[in-house]
Amino acid sequence: MNLAVAEHGFLSPTGAEIAFVLIGLVVLGSALLVVTTRQVVHAALWLVVTLGGLAAEYLLLTAEFIAWVQVLIYVGAVVVLLLFGLMLTKAPIGYSEPPDSAARIPAAVVALGATATLLTVIVDAFRTAYLHLGDDTVGSTEVTGQSLFKVWVLPFEVLSVLLLAALIGAIVLSRSRSRAHSGRKD
Amino acid sequence: MTDSGMQLAAVGFGTDVWWLILLKAVLIFAFCVVMTLFAIWWERKVVAWMQMRIGPKYTGPQGLLQSLADGVKLALKEDITVKGADKAVYIIAPIVAMVPAFMAFAVIPFGPEVSIFGHRTHLQLTDLPVAVLYILAVASVGIYGIVLAGWSSGSTYPLLGGLRSSAQMISYEIAMGLSFAAVFLYSGSMSTSEIVAAQQDTWYAVLLPVSFIIYVVAMIGETNRAPFDLPEAEGELVGGFHTEYSSLKFALFFLAEYVNMVVVSSLATTLFLGGYLAPWPITAVWEGANSGWWPFLWYFLKVQAFIFVFIWLRGTLPRFRYDQFMKIGWKVLIPLSLVWLMLVATVRALKNEGYEQSRIVLWVAGGVVALLLLSILWDAVTPNRDEEADAKAAGPEPFDPMAGGFPVPPMPGQQLPPVPRRNVRKPEPVGAPAAAELPADRTEGEA
Repeated sequence: MNLAVAEHGFLSPTGAEIAFVLIGLVVLGSALLVVTTRQVVHAALWLVVTLGGLAAEYLLLTAEFIAWVQVLIYVGAVVVLLLFGLMLTKAPIGYSEPPDSAARIPAAVVALGATATLLTVIVDAFRTAYLHLGDDTVGSTEVTGQSLFKVWVLPFEVLSVLLLAALIGAIVLSRSRSRAHSGRKD
Repeated sequence: MTDSGMQLAAVGFGTDVWWLILLKAVLIFAFCVVMTLFAIWWERKVVAWMQMRIGPKYTGPQGLLQSLADGVKLALKEDITVKGADKAVYIIAPIVAMVPAFMAFAVIPFGPEVSIFGHRTHLQLTDLPVAVLYILAVASVGIYGIVLAGWSSGSTYPLLGGLRSSAQMISYEIAMGLSFAAVFLYSGSMSTSEIVAAQQDTWYAVLLPVSFIIYVVAMIGETNRAPFDLPEAEGELVGGFHTEYSSLKFALFFLAEYVNMVVVSSLATTLFLGGYLAPWPITAVWEGANSGWWPFLWYFLKVQAFIFVFIWLRGTLPRFRYDQFMKIGWKVLIPLSLVWLMLVATVRALKNEGYEQSRIVLWVAGGVVALLLLSILWDAVTPNRDEEADAKAAGPEPFDPMAGGFPVPPMPGQQLPPVPRRNVRKPEPVGAPAAAELPADRTEGEA
């Protein structure tokens, strides 16, 4: 944390800034590998590297709480669930055939569109935002909690409703299918 | 938090000399390894005593060096890499299983400030404002070791073991995290040293008994120990996730399991049993119990007590069936900890609003009684579905063991259909048959 606090100019980056950029490159590289690798389980593992790298970036921005929550939830739960799903269905060792390429071009268009939209919105919103890391408490649990439950409480609640809807949807889907197939023998 | 508590948790982390940090790190590593060696021997001894056996006896005094000998033996064995394995992941998996277990020790407080070679320092490598969260996060990374070991072996039983462990750890981590939340509400901090200091007067195991019990159950699930050792159920999965591992790679899994045991025991000690603080009767008769190096002894004894519980459970309980295990996790532990957390939060909120202690207790007790009455009423009004289901299962619909595509044993209340059997033959008389009973053509030569 002390490194990030140190005085610096625009053209003389500190060690923390260099580390930030390097980790950013790692994150970007592993994210590319997630979508290009032909081995399904390896893709999930590269996703772990990506998400872990993001946690390291949060740590460099002094947001300890967010960083460890990122590790706990994304690395420790989401990707493990993903691996769980893969292993339940199909997780071959070695290379697997790429998925059907019919939807490739529309998928790329949608992905690029989403990226462009997100980039514009985020850059536009936070272009002038400035985080002064000299203050130790800027990323503390208290500050994070205050801003989450004071400023961002509506998006937070909307997100939880969305997750709840997804959860109920999954239950409904699995229940109706099991009822339709009850008594099957395979 | 009392004033003396604040003194114990004095800030002063991250200011040690570099050689002191190195010394502490090495000592912690050595502590983990020695604890592992000791725990393996202790486990074998205790389980042996529980089963009226003697246990390891010949290697060293009372067989104390047995685990060391086993370690050397493992190191000298052939290191086999399975042909069908995903090589890179196969090699990384044991390392991933082991490293997080050691990393979690960085924030465990072994004792208060002591003097080492003239330097005042905490008996703790470092502390973070979010130390407990850090332990949870690091422990969740440890799952990868087991899951990937199971997958990369390229074999069915390990894959099943890995699958089980991933489902198991995810389910029990939720209950674990929720049980911590109650502690955070009381201590007002996630830093391990501050949580210990906040327990100067009362341990959280006394204040939050439900959280403590939930944590103890969840920690056994987290460490894959009996009765929750489904990922390596030898009766079902050969050796589980480490079936295809040998030599030092297998030893690393072994090490990871035992270090994890020490980690979760240390965490339970820190969060619920007052960490390194001396237990009550000792502090009453002896003023200096919490000074100098003595606290390390209290910490060590509490951790050993937890490890004994681990061994005791293993020697006592049979392994859970997988669906029972999941039911306990999702249908008992998680709802229970949610309700308990609500209760704790309500009490804390009422306290913050300035209500009296007795009045809060009255309100809470009243609420609990009302809920109980409601549930009794509900039970009386609604027909008992379980009995109906049982009646259905036993009555018109006979139990079909092959209904799911594979044979399963009957559940309680179900009856296996009668197995078609060959007719019982008439018992044949023993000895030489009487001449009159024999057919005419066999009377000669054979009799």
